[in-house]
Amino acid sequence: MKKIIEPKNLMLGIWKENPIFYLMLGLCPLLAVSGSLRDALGMGAAFIFVLLGSNITVSVIRKIVPAHVRIPVFIVVIATFVSVIDYSLAAFSPQLHKNLGVYLPLMVVNCILLGRAEAFASKNNVINSALDGIGMGIGFTMAILIIASIRELLGQGTLFGINMLGDNYLPFLIMIMPPGAFIVIGFLIAIKNSIGGKKKC
Amino acid sequence: MLNELNLGYIFLSAFIVNNILLIRFLGLCSFIGISTNIKSSIGMGIAVIFVTVMACSISWAVYNYLLLPFHLEYLRTVTFILTIASFVQFEEIIIRKKAPALYKAFGIYLPLITTNCAILASAFLGIDYRLNFLQNLVFALGISAGYCLVIILFASMRERLDTAPVPKNFRGIPIAFIMTGLISLVFLGFKGLFKL
Repeated sequence: MKKIIEPKNLMLGIWKENPIFYLMLGLCPLLAVSGSLRDALGMGAAFIFVLLGSNITVSVIRKIVPAHVRIPVFIVVIATFVSVIDYSLAAFSPQLHKNLGVYLPLMVVNCILLGRAEAFASKNNVINSALDGIGMGIGFTMAILIIASIRELLGQGTLFGINMLGDNYLPFLIMIMPPGAFIVIGFLIAIKNSIGGKKKC
Repeated sequence: MLNELNLGYIFLSAFIVNNILLIRFLGLCSFIGISTNIKSSIGMGIAVIFVTVMACSISWAVYNYLLLPFHLEYLRTVTFILTIASFVQFEEIIIRKKAPALYKAFGIYLPLITTNCAILASAFLGIDYRLNFLQNLVFALGISAGYCLVIILFASMRERLDTAPVPKNFRGIPIAFIMTGLISLVFLGFKGLFKL
């Protein structure tokens, strides 16, 4: 028998199976909004909300959904939560909503969300699914914050808009532009490989 | 704004200046996953062109003739993903019956496309830029042609990479990302072509 609450489900997403560095899923928003820390934090928070909501809902309805229509049902559940966060942000924080742009509604097709719904929430009880959602969400947020702080620090010499490197720092502008994102994540994965052993493909 | 430009500029803008993979970061999962050999990249690229153009036109019509008149804009996300998913399914059935050779050529790439965020993104972007039907069509064509171009370019480079002496920890995905960054740097140069 499975225990009802397993706290290790929380930790799984944060380090051992970090959705970004280990599973290589959901890369698009990660690269696109990591140009500044503020946007990255907003994206991370929105992501945790949607992942938590969809994991809980999928876990609640897992026994009444017929197996062969489960994927469309999961997608509708995710799309509902994405629409909720999309319109809430537009109402409460229009600037952030504008910065996140098309990447916010695009969370619908984010592989982490559907992946966790299918691989975890549809097989486990509500509390474990919620823990998994939070863990994976924090893992994603951590990854996006790391990338954003490197890019913002090198690209503008600031963190959260506060000057860090003094006035004489010449910004390494390419870092806040698209190529910087690719290069930073390449180096980060290489570092993760050298610490945590190579991912088996 | 994009909707005031002529069709050629819209195409160029979607095709290289704001390339969907390198500048907008969309469709990366399939890009990194599939670009390991040229043959499957060509298959995926062509399948993406086909589905994007069709799916964008359909979701444009759904938005303008169904959601707008009934003030249901907030259902956009749900409607688009369902439209695209069911369209891909429908198309798969039709192609399997009517053109088995084409179906064989597309193989696994057709169903995979549903979760390719490049498709959904082009549908959203076309609406966001308030394009008309023809502009939307050209825009979708440009985006998907850009995807096709870059994935084929990249696959041909990646095949050579297999024999290159890359440091151990950089082998595989890390070096692929860094290389993508370098191509992206090149594409950034196209920004000077015209002001958007």
